Amino acid sequence: MRYDSLLDSVGGTPLVGLPRLSPSPDVRLWAKLEDRNPTGSVKDRAAFFMVASAEKDGLLSPGATILEPTSGNTGISLAMVARLRGYRLICVMPENTSVERRQLLEVYGASVISSPAAGGSNEAVRVAKELAVSNPDWVMLYQYGNEANSRAHYETTGPELLADLPLITHFVAGLGTSGTLMGTGRYLREQVPGVQVVAAEPRYGELVYGLRNMDEGFVPELYDESVLTRRFSVPSADALRRTRELLEVEGLFAGISSGCVLHAGLALAARAQEDGQRADIALMIADGGWKYLSTGAYGGTLEEAETRLEGQLWA
Amino acid sequence: MAIEVRIPTILRNYTGGAKSVEGAGDTLAGLFADLESRHDGLRERLMDGAGLRRFINVYLNDEDVRFLGGMDAPVKDGDTVTVLPAVAGGMH
Repeated sequence: MRYDSLLDSVGGTPLVGLPRLSPSPDVRLWAKLEDRNPTGSVKDRAAFFMVASAEKDGLLSPGATILEPTSGNTGISLAMVARLRGYRLICVMPENTSVERRQLLEVYGASVISSPAAGGSNEAVRVAKELAVSNPDWVMLYQYGNEANSRAHYETTGPELLADLPLITHFVAGLGTSGTLMGTGRYLREQVPGVQVVAAEPRYGELVYGLRNMDEGFVPELYDESVLTRRFSVPSADALRRTRELLEVEGLFAGISSGCVLHAGLALAARAQEDGQRADIALMIADGGWKYLSTGAYGGTLEEAETRLEGQLWA
Repeated sequence: MAIEVRIPTILRNYTGGAKSVEGAGDTLAGLFADLESRHDGLRERLMDGAGLRRFINVYLNDEDVRFLGGMDAPVKDGDTVTVLPAVAGGMH
């Protein structure tokens, strides 16, 4: 396959069957391999759309500085796009994220400002919003509220899935900014009557939920409950176990959020099998496992891995 | 058997510091009313009028109750209800 440039190759990722994890030929699981994007994650889609949209709106001019609260993938994707388009990128990132992400951002020439671990991405969002106020010439794309984030999935991920899987019954993806679920979910709901749009949300250790008061709670501006049909909270132990299962059973080396998605997908598959209904369940594999090797997720016993992951932002 | 309710750090001042408490009820609303009888003020922190507060998520056996009927979601002995504040979470 030939493309004019790296940016032109964003999206168009393969959808592969997971025959060993699927309960029967009538109830099948499919993996959308987003690690095949230029920087290795689904976020290349959102980054490309958000920058293109800001350029079109005249918000970004050559040499501009982009500011973004991100604990990883979006930052890495934006860093690549920024480099190619001639922008400077500053990422605000919680200090409890894996070392690989920081290294990747540096490789692409982005600057990193650390935010406190307690409070996780909430804190990163807060710090970034403060910086945006004191640096009015910086452009914050703000993935949590940028419609171009979900539009990327409405215009690309959704149509790709439907083309590859016309009889899709369920779409399962991780819930973060909610951009993937909102965009893909809206598209699929318009095209496929009765399709289920299911969120799999990582459940972290207590540190991440350590708000000082309830007013610090956060729901992404993009999030619209009416697009979803179900929403699961997946404990880290289940996500880890499923991440390893993907690797051991299907040979798929995926990031931990994909274990989270598989956990929800298997529950839906078991239910369909029980009810004697056919199902084609598409699972979003947001990234590969490379950036999580240092977390110890793939080695030792599950209990050891879970202990090492406690307090980290793993998806 | 009862229903186990897991309480987040920020609300444990209503449960004497307990990470989880037990309750009973046929619906989530009934369960919250039962909890309120022993943990004065807790319900007010979870609910805004008749529904859940915007920044409160409640999961019944790991599924968001907003998709299970909200306050009318049926609950039974042996269920686990997890209360968590809505946060931006992880790696985006």
